[in-house]
Amino acid sequence: MTGFAKFIAAAPWTARIGLVIICGYTVAFLFAPWLAPFGETELVGDAYMPWDDKHILGTDNVGRDMLSRLIYGARNTIGIALVTTALAFVVGVIAGFLAATVGGWLDQAFSRLVDILMAIPGIIFALLLLTIFGSTLWVVILVIATVEGTRVFRLARAVGQSIVVLDYVEAARIRGEGLGWIMLREVLPNAIPPLAAEFGLRFCFVFLFLAGLSFLGLGIQPPTADWGSMVKENATLISYGDITPLLPAGAIALLTVGVNFLVDWFLHKTAGLRDDL
Amino acid sequence: MIHILTMVAQRLALGLLTLLAISLIIFFGVELLPGDLATEILGRSATPETVAAFRAQLGLDLPAHVRYGQWLGSMLQGDMGVSLANQRPIAELIGTRIGNTLFLAIMAAIIAVPVALAFGILAALFRNGVFDRAVNIFTLTTISFPEFFVAYILVFILAVNLGLFPSISNINPETEFWEQVYRSTLPALTLTLVVVAHMMRMTRASIINLLASAYIEMAHLKGLRPWRIIIRHALPNALAPIINVIIINLAYLIVGVVIVEVVFVYPGLGQLLVDSVSKRDLPVVQGASLLFAMTYVLLNLTADVLSILTNPRLLHPR
Repeated sequence: MTGFAKFIAAAPWTARIGLVIICGYTVAFLFAPWLAPFGETELVGDAYMPWDDKHILGTDNVGRDMLSRLIYGARNTIGIALVTTALAFVVGVIAGFLAATVGGWLDQAFSRLVDILMAIPGIIFALLLLTIFGSTLWVVILVIATVEGTRVFRLARAVGQSIVVLDYVEAARIRGEGLGWIMLREVLPNAIPPLAAEFGLRFCFVFLFLAGLSFLGLGIQPPTADWGSMVKENATLISYGDITPLLPAGAIALLTVGVNFLVDWFLHKTAGLRDDL
Repeated sequence: MIHILTMVAQRLALGLLTLLAISLIIFFGVELLPGDLATEILGRSATPETVAAFRAQLGLDLPAHVRYGQWLGSMLQGDMGVSLANQRPIAELIGTRIGNTLFLAIMAAIIAVPVALAFGILAALFRNGVFDRAVNIFTLTTISFPEFFVAYILVFILAVNLGLFPSISNINPETEFWEQVYRSTLPALTLTLVVVAHMMRMTRASIINLLASAYIEMAHLKGLRPWRIIIRHALPNALAPIINVIIINLAYLIVGVVIVEVVFVYPGLGQLLVDSVSKRDLPVVQGASLLFAMTYVLLNLTADVLSILTNPRLLHPR
């Protein structure tokens, strides 16, 4: 434990802020039903009630408690973004490692496919697919995972390629280990640091992408409490000088800032690489 | 010279191939629909006869590759078909909007590029100092903000509290030029804030990269002032990556307009696209996505070609 305390003490203040932010969101994520004063979709009063003692942040466009929805939003928005990122990673890393380990035509096929997908701007591709398949939750998750998975593939392939040429992978091949063993036991453990940093960054992109789609009314659908759609639903209040709709947007921004601060420090610590993102 | 021409030609060919692949995805994506466009429009209750007649009218009874050829052919001639929602020609719907979108993107670029270059160079000059740290924290923060958050903060401060700009960009073809500039200020500022951080970080990174090279050290040892070293010695060689970043961000601007346009009800292509997605107006979505994707690919292609052309090592191969 003292080792961990020292580790934290050595971190710059930005990284510590990032850590505190992430812890705060985790609490909201885990304990939403106990923290929220009202239910997620419970109608508790008139629409657009101002801030008072009972409804600390007022009510939203149909009369649900704003604070409660903000807290439940942590669960829905972050949860869905995590599932999407995880999916993008599983697919992207497996395909990337396969391309790096097997090489040849498989590498060519995967890489050219990803090149084409990456040439289409992500949001346009997503909008096209959502028109075709309709905006249901799983379509949204799959579409975002596909778009972001291509970026994961690029990184996993590049990292994998620099590992498969090393002697110990060669040794494992000569030993007669199978493809699964090489990818899982030889390449993966040595690719963990860059992939971990990428997971943080990719989560931010997925999170912002999802928030953007929800804001357009094409992502997570009502009545689920979700920060992007909450901004959209209550946006008119801003023209009356009420900052309530900025709160869910701020919640999105704060978490992304926190994760970015932490990843930034992690990158400086592990290699000092990738200053450009 | 021949060498560089073949490189450029290769890139162009690759770009064309990408465009073709994109058009295939956009066209055949729709084929993935359970049923087809006709059943989609008429609904499940339509009789088989009506569906068949409607399919013939839309030309859906022809084989897919024939329809793709026809679709691409008419797209290239500027005929994008008619909207399902209101039966108006899509070219007409898109016509004025694409001009508005370009106007907004160019306006944002005019503000963003000089600011990004100036701050990037300053951050490189005073690297690891207080200014650089402040800039670094600022850029990390703005990269993390969703576009609509930036947009609404600007609306809250500049439109609602200070009353300087309108919070909704009401633009029509009769709007005068300067009036249009005024009404587009808030969306343009939002876009600027969104792209400036990335451009600045790249400018800083590419200059700092160069500062480690031997000829810069030589300039230091000669006793030149830091300013002169950066402007006269480092900047010309950093130009290629910087141009590259600027163009890639312009491409991003063209696409990034989608959300910003919705916030400000700006009558551009992005707004049309989002509206059509919610109405599931497939032909309009196809046309608008093709336009967006084309602009994006062409700008990225320009960045590629320019970075070949501005690289002295490639211009004079040994």
